[in-house]
Parts: sequence; C-alpha cells; structure tokens
Amino acid sequence: MSALLEVEDLTVTFRTAHGPVDVVDGLSFTLERGASLGIVGESGSGKSMTSLAVMGLLPPTASLRGRVSLDGAELTALPESKVRRLRGDRMAMIFQDPLSSLNPYYSVGMQIEEAYRAHRAGVTRRQARKVAVEAMERVHIADAARRVDHYPHQFSGGMRQRVMIAMALSTEPDLLIADEPTTALDVTVQAQILDLLQEVRRETGTALVLISHDLAVVSEIAEDVVVMRHGLAVEQAPAERLFSDPRHPYTRALLDAVPRIDDEIGELRAIDSIDVVGGKA
Amino acid sequence: MVRFLVTRLAGMVGVLFLVVLFTYAIFFALSPDPAVQICGKNCTPELIDQIRTNLGLDRPFYEQFLGFLSGLFVGTTYGTGANAIDCAAPCLGYSFQTGQPVLEMFEQRFGVSATLAVGAAVLWLFMGVAGGMLAAIKKGTWFDRAATGAALGGVSIPNYVLALVLQYVLVVKLGWLPFPQAVPFGADPGQWFLNFVMPWLVLAFTYASMYQRLTRANVLDTLDENFVRTARAKGLAPRLVWRRHALRPALTPVVTLFGMDFAGLLGGAIIIETVFGLNGVGKMASDSITKNDQPVIMGVTLVAAFLVIVGNVIVDIVYTTIDPRVRIGARA
Amino acid sequence: MTISMTTLEAETGGAPSVGVAPPAPRQGVWHHLLRNRGAVLALSYIALVALLAVAAPLVVKLSGWGPYEFDQSAIDPNLGGLPIGPLGGISAEHWFGVEPGTGRDLFARIVYGARTSMLIAIAATTLTTLLGVLFGLLAGYHGGKVDQVVSRVMDFLMAFPALIFMIAILSALPASNRAPLLVLVISVFGWPYLARVVRGQTMTLTQREFVEAARASGASGWRIVLLEILPNLRSTIIVMTTLAVPGYIGTEAGLSFLGVGVVPPTPSWGQMIAQSMSWYAVDPVYFLLPGTFLFLLVLSFTVLGDRLKDVVDAGERR
Repeated sequence: MSALLEVEDLTVTFRTAHGPVDVVDGLSFTLERGASLGIVGESGSGKSMTSLAVMGLLPPTASLRGRVSLDGAELTALPESKVRRLRGDRMAMIFQDPLSSLNPYYSVGMQIEEAYRAHRAGVTRRQARKVAVEAMERVHIADAARRVDHYPHQFSGGMRQRVMIAMALSTEPDLLIADEPTTALDVTVQAQILDLLQEVRRETGTALVLISHDLAVVSEIAEDVVVMRHGLAVEQAPAERLFSDPRHPYTRALLDAVPRIDDEIGELRAIDSIDVVGGKA
Repeated sequence: MVRFLVTRLAGMVGVLFLVVLFTYAIFFALSPDPAVQICGKNCTPELIDQIRTNLGLDRPFYEQFLGFLSGLFVGTTYGTGANAIDCAAPCLGYSFQTGQPVLEMFEQRFGVSATLAVGAAVLWLFMGVAGGMLAAIKKGTWFDRAATGAALGGVSIPNYVLALVLQYVLVVKLGWLPFPQAVPFGADPGQWFLNFVMPWLVLAFTYASMYQRLTRANVLDTLDENFVRTARAKGLAPRLVWRRHALRPALTPVVTLFGMDFAGLLGGAIIIETVFGLNGVGKMASDSITKNDQPVIMGVTLVAAFLVIVGNVIVDIVYTTIDPRVRIGARA
Repeated sequence: MTISMTTLEAETGGAPSVGVAPPAPRQGVWHHLLRNRGAVLALSYIALVALLAVAAPLVVKLSGWGPYEFDQSAIDPNLGGLPIGPLGGISAEHWFGVEPGTGRDLFARIVYGARTSMLIAIAATTLTTLLGVLFGLLAGYHGGKVDQVVSRVMDFLMAFPALIFMIAILSALPASNRAPLLVLVISVFGWPYLARVVRGQTMTLTQREFVEAARASGASGWRIVLLEILPNLRSTIIVMTTLAVPGYIGTEAGLSFLGVGVVPPTPSWGQMIAQSMSWYAVDPVYFLLPGTFLFLLVLSFTVLGDRLKDVVDAGERR
C-alpha cells in the first residue's frame, strides 16, 4: 500500500515582471497515514506554497511541475473538479490568521456545516448542524450547542482557530495541513492549539503537516522535519536526529536562533497544566 | 438592536432639526426682504408693513423660527380675520411667486422625479453592478478593459454635457427621440417611455459608472480575502464560493451607497431635470433659486434633507440585517 | 456634479488598501507613474491646462482677442447672432470660434475658464486637505471628548444633502464675489471624507511602538503628531486628495452650470455650458468645446488618482 501523501520533485514557478521565479524547487517527501511532518523555513522559503500546491489552491499566476499523490491518487493529474471533491474531504487545511480566514457574515456553525455538506450529498441541515456541534465539542469549545450560532467576531483568536480546526475535522480527513496555525496567537494560546492538534491526531488518526517558521513549534509535534530555504529542502530528517545532530549549516543557524529550546518547551508544558481550554472567550 | 435603532432615530431627528435651523437662519440673515418682493410694482410702504405683519416678518428670529417649526408639525395661520389663510401641517409656506402652497407644488412634481429616479436606478443597478461583477470575474480580458474604460469615461463626463451631446445627436440630428417631456404613463405608455428613456440613460450612466468601479474593486478585494481561500479549501463548488463568500461581502457597500443615492434622487435630479426641462422637484428647485423664491427653496432643501436622512437610517437598518458585526456588538 | 461625495468616500475611504505603511519613497512613486502611459497623458493634460491658466493673459495676447471683447463682425445679426462661418465660426481670427449672440472669442474664454476651474479646484483642495488632516489628527490622536465632538460634526455634514444646500446658500448669498464662497462651501462639506480616514489611521498609529517610544521619551503631543504620525499618513493623504480633485472641479462646474457659481462675465467652463444650452441645436461647437475641456480635466485627475493609488498599494504590498 502506498503512503498517504507523496510529493515528488515538486516545483512551483511564479511568473513575475522579472521573469519566472521558482518558489519551490524540486521538493520531495512522503507522509505515512497518521504520521506527522513539520516543514520549517523563513518566510519566502516556499513552505506555504508547498501546502497550497498540495491542496491545489495555488494562485493563478503560479504553475506547478512534479507529482503530488494522495492515497495513490495523483492529484496533479486530476482535473480540478475531481481535486475539489478531495479538498476539504480527504485533505483539509487551516491557516495562519483565524479571524480573516472565517467569513464575518456567517455564523461559525453555518461555515462548519457548509464544509461537511459540500462532501456529503443528501445530508440535511439538521444532521450537518449536529456534526458541527460535535466537531466544536471535539475541539473543546464549551457550550458548543449555543456557540454554534455565534459569529466569528464573537470569538477570541484561539477560539477562532479551534473553529477552523473543527471545520477541517468535520469530514474526518486523512490529512490535515496546518499553515502557521499559532503564529497569529498569544503565546499561552499557541500552546493550547498545539496540544489540541496533537490530541486530534492521536484520536482521529489524521496525518498532519505542520508548517511553521518556528522550530520550537515544529519540535512539539512533528516526527519528521523538512527544513526549507529559498524553495529548496536543505535538510530532511527525523525530528530527534535533526535537533540532536543538525547536518546543514542553515539548520544549525535556525536552531541557534531558538535559544534554550528545552527550556522553552518546558515552559510551554508548564502552561499546559493551567488548562483554561474551553473557557469563555 | 433596539438600542441601536433608538440611537439612530434620535440622531436622525437631531440632524433634521439642525438642517432646519441652519437653512432657516441662513435665509433669515441673508435674503432680501420678501415683503418687498411679494408686494410687486404698485407698492406702498403701508402695504409692505401689512405683508410683514401677515407673514410675521416683523417678529424676532426665534419667534419666526418657532412659528415655522410649529407650522411643520401642527400647521399655522397667516394673517387675521377675513384675510386669514390656514396652512395645515406639514406647512411649508406659500410660494412668493405664485402663491401656491409649497407642499402642493411638491405633490404635483414628485411623480416626475420619482419616475426618473426609479427608471434610472433599475438601469444603473443592472449596468453598474452586473457590469462590475462581470469585469471582476473576467479581469484583464477585453470585456474588463472595455467596461472599465467606459466607467472611467462615465465618472468623468459631467452629466449635463452628456445630456446635451445625446440630445443633439438623438433628437436634433437623427430625430429618433422626441424632446423629453414628462408625459404621464396613463396618457400614452409608448410616448411616456420614449420621453423618459434619454433622461434615464444619462442619469443612469453616471451612476452606473461609479457603481461599476466600486463593484469591480470590491469584488477583486474580496476575492483576495482569506475567507474566500478557506471556502475553496473546503472544496465548495465554485458557484457557492462566488455567491456566498465573495458576492455578499463585496456588495454590502454597494447597498449602502444605493440607499443614499436613490434617496437623494427622489429629492430631485436638479441638473438632469433642468437640462431636459422635466418639471420635477429638481426643476422646481432650480427655478425657485433663479427667482429667489425662498419658501420653495427652503421647502426643497428640507424635503431633500429629510429624504437623505431617512435613506441613511434605512440603510443602517438594512446593514444590520446584512452584517452581523453591526447587529451583534463585538464579543458575546 | 459628476462625482457625488458619497461615492468618493466609498471608492477611496472604503478601500482598506490605502493602509498604514512606511512612506513610500517619493522617487519610486514618480518612477512608476512616469512609466504608465495613462498617467503620463493625464499629467500632460493637467500641465497644459495649468499652463493655460497661469499664462492666460499672455496666451490671449497671442491669440489676439480678450475674454471680454465683443466682436460684432463675427456674428450674423440676421440669424439671431449665430457665428459667421462653419463650426461655430472657427477661423484664423477666432481659433475656437465665437460665442453666439455676443461674438466673444471662445478660445480666450476657455483659457480664462481654465483659470477659474484650476484656481477653485486648487483652493478647495488645499482648504479641504488642511481641514481634513487637522481634524482627523485631532480626533484620532486625542480620542475621548474631542473625538466625539469631531465625529458628530462629521456625521452631521456627511448626512447633509450637500448639493442642494450648497445651491441654497450660494443663491442666498450676495453674488459679488462667488469664488471664495464656492471654495468655502465645497470645503466645508468636503473635509469629513478625508478626516474620517486620517482619524482611523491616526488611531492605529497612536498605538504603535514608535509613537509610544516618542511619548515615553517626553516628546510633546504636537511634536509626535507632526514628526511621527503625519509622515506615515503621507501616501494616504496624497491619494485621497488626488481622487477628490475631480469631484471639486465637477462641483464647481456644476454649480456654475446651475447659475450659482462664478458670476458672469467671468468665464467658467460650467457656466459656458449652461449658456450654450439655448444654442446647442444650432451651434453644437459652443457646448462641445468647454464640455470636452472639462471632461478631459476630470478624466485626467481621475486617471492620475487611480494610478497613484495602484502604485502606493503595490508599494505597500511589497
């Protein structure tokens, strides 16, 4: 049986005024079912474009070469209408800024229901609503039955990201891509969201791709890590090996930029124990 | 929500009051003596005094202003005894020129202005909003370039210039259309249409151009929003992404603008009515200005202000139903 | 009036893209503008009109006829005063023909009309910008009571039926010197649209570190506003102002067209068009000339404003 996600020689090219620019250049990796992968790099390293390429959400000015397969199905060879059916169903994604990623005009419940109903033909609103409430409960939003009718602006930043995760999980996808899911959040909330992602992965068996500029964040979760720079993968290794024995100078530089990694993790752990999850936003 | 409405309505009453006060004060301070004007040629000082007393012009400002206000709400009586004239609420006074009640003049002319406004609004909503959406979808194509170029020209050409050009070409040179006259619909629907079509087009073209630019810009901005990307990431059908997630946020400001523009036009399209000689409220306003007929100018200003302010409040109310952020204050 | 103030507001103030950003390098903006054909054409036309306006007396000397000189020989009294010759009497003597009825030289009146348009537009723009920036900064920086008062006044002015009120005031005021009154009236109703945006951005900027740092170092309020906040608003102010200019030109022309603007015999394009209305069927050149000049001027400022906005937006995205 093939791996869940196979990315092979992926190249993403942007047409610009100064000629074509490769923002991702020959990237390859595989991800097994239920596994977790971290992609680390500075902004502009091509990590976000990689995730959009997998989802088939590249902007129209970008073109793609190489192969992306999900569960044996070659996404890069499928027509857009087929990819769309997988998107949001088998693979889901959450983004950096949970406020602007939610539509301010609709209740969060409606937005979760919409994600579910898009892939389940013949589901009634009532059934979808039940799924939405369950999904919100699963991400520990207290009083979900009532909160489901609230609008995004009525939620705090961390709660909005929980809503995004609930939305992504409503269809029980095989793959969840989280693109800088904690960057826009307060430090304490960051730890809660990372914990939640861990928990979700454990409970649902969803494979996770976590994208971050922050090695500390990736080290929390990822089993394997890809370090990207200028569109190239400079180092790919299991997380443990990467942290104990970074081979590429750039990786070492990144590690040095996060001083006292262990302390920080320790600190974050400490915050975990003060569990305010599910509290009022 | 209720509190919001009460606040808005109170604000509306306040603004209206200030409009009345400002307008009245300015006319009180600046205009030449209306008594002399009414008196006409065969005038004697006694006659002028008589008129002054009848109209209450000899009383101090605040008394006159209160008189005017109470005329608006409970009506008023000019003169005494056999000469007394009753003016029922809402009393806007009488024209110095014709002696006709201002309110009656309004009633006679409102139909033309409303016909003009409604017809133009239908046209410009269709051309402007649909054109703007289509241009945004087809950004960069020949259609986008043509529509955007036309809109640029449309916002730049003064509508009276366009009116003269069209009238010269379509009426004088080609003879396809009659010189516009306000033919009642009931009298001859065909003529009614032919007479109004040019004013509609001219009025609509200016607005359509503004709406095209606004709609196109808003749709393009919205398509860049992160929540549209989220909607696509959910795997929604493109039709749904477009309708639910792009159009509604993009068109909300257009709705706001439309309410105010339309309310403003009901108070008379001064320039278009003047150019085409259509006898609506706007023409009445410009005529009364030329003839310095103050009660009519006052009346038009007040009614126009009233319409715009009511339009504003309606827009606000509609807005609360469209945008939950206004309806429900931040943080539950 | 070609551009209603509400639309101006919606098009510029509503666009979040005119955001708070470090001031774009001035050279970069010029560089990008000069590479755009539309912007160059617009700038050229504006420069031409400005030149005509400034050098009006000289230009008129060259063409030979002043704006107030009657040339009875150029009109035909038997035809009710229609210009002699085709196209409204265009000839070597009268480059743009003559005014029907009076025989005044249209070229001279267009040139002097440019003076009126430009003068009023520039004065109104300057006054509106001053008021808008001043009150916007005041409300945004101080907040609290000051902000409430300024905001209420802005709400009031924006809810006002501006055009009809302008007409009413101008018609009631003595007609001796309308130009300053026009400027005043346009500005009084125009400043809130800029002030509202400036206020919002000032509020955001006031929260930023560099302003707090300046405050902590003991800088006075006005010093902070002038040195720290104002430079950051530069691109917003330039873009909004440029986009507002065509509105002022259109408003002046519209008010003159309605007979409450510039008083004859001083020429203004709007007023010329108004006078041409009784002749348009027999002498279309009479309304086409001022109409075209006016259209192109409004168009040029609109194009310039659009391009400027694009350049500034693009600069911020980078």
